[in-house]
Amino acid sequence: MNWAEFFDMGGYAFFVWSSYGITFVILFWNIIAPISRKKKILNQIKRAIKREQLT
Amino acid sequence: MIKIIWNWIQRFSSPKYFYEMSGKLIPWFALPAIGLGFYGLYLGLFVAPADYQQGESYRIIYVHVPAAWMSLFIYVVMAVTSAIGLIWKIRLADMVASASAPIGASFTFLALVTGSLWGKPMWGAYWVWDARLTSELILLFLYFGYMALQASIEDQRTSDKASGLLAIVGVVIIPIIHYSVDWWSTLHQGATVAKFDKPSMDTSMLIPLLLMAFAAKFFYAALVLVRTRNEALYRDRNRRWVRELVEKI
Repeated sequence: MNWAEFFDMGGYAFFVWSSYGITFVILFWNIIAPISRKKKILNQIKRAIKREQLT
Repeated sequence: MIKIIWNWIQRFSSPKYFYEMSGKLIPWFALPAIGLGFYGLYLGLFVAPADYQQGESYRIIYVHVPAAWMSLFIYVVMAVTSAIGLIWKIRLADMVASASAPIGASFTFLALVTGSLWGKPMWGAYWVWDARLTSELILLFLYFGYMALQASIEDQRTSDKASGLLAIVGVVIIPIIHYSVDWWSTLHQGATVAKFDKPSMDTSMLIPLLLMAFAAKFFYAALVLVRTRNEALYRDRNRRWVRELVEKI
């Protein structure tokens, strides 16, 4: 089997590779989203602490 | 005796205790997810033969079926943890439920999209309003409904009650989705793995599918830990343990 044949997927390249592509994108987003949310939450709490110290 | 067990449950389900313990657990789920996933992809894309009827297009199965299984599994987790939260007022259970919703919605969306990308070359249409597809779409709306309720009700306890009830009532969709291919005539093929008979699939195709399914389970476990930790931090943002934790950073 050569690579061109592999990527062609017997003529179903569009359907197979867009399935895998969108799966990869969604799973990747699922990894990134909670990591950035954690940063936001921690910053929010830090700001709240500072505000309370001022007043 | 019951009191001892109850105290024990309360201690181990405290968000503070969970936060301390869960950090160390994440790699134990994330690494197997990556390992199983890549091995499953290798076997599924390079080693497994083409299908005698569907040719190479059947390889969508290795993302479609695990995603569909996860969409049902995560909903059941969400309903069960919601029930635990409602009945025994265990806050951690509500956190797990609300952490599961976006992950479940992601897998449901993937099951629908990859299914429609498989339907086009095999059935001639991206979408048909048949029982399996329609019930899976309702599942996606149940996830969205849960998330919308969580986001729209300010008071956390009311929000958990309302969305938790939706999750519990909505669980009827799970058997409907599973049996839809038997109860109604449908374009969707019947079960090939999850049935009482031997799976009607060759081992060379079945093994990568099961590897991908396990990878998805581990992936969910790692993600739900990360998201539940976020929930614990956010919901307890005014409590002392979170304040002490943040001040240490």
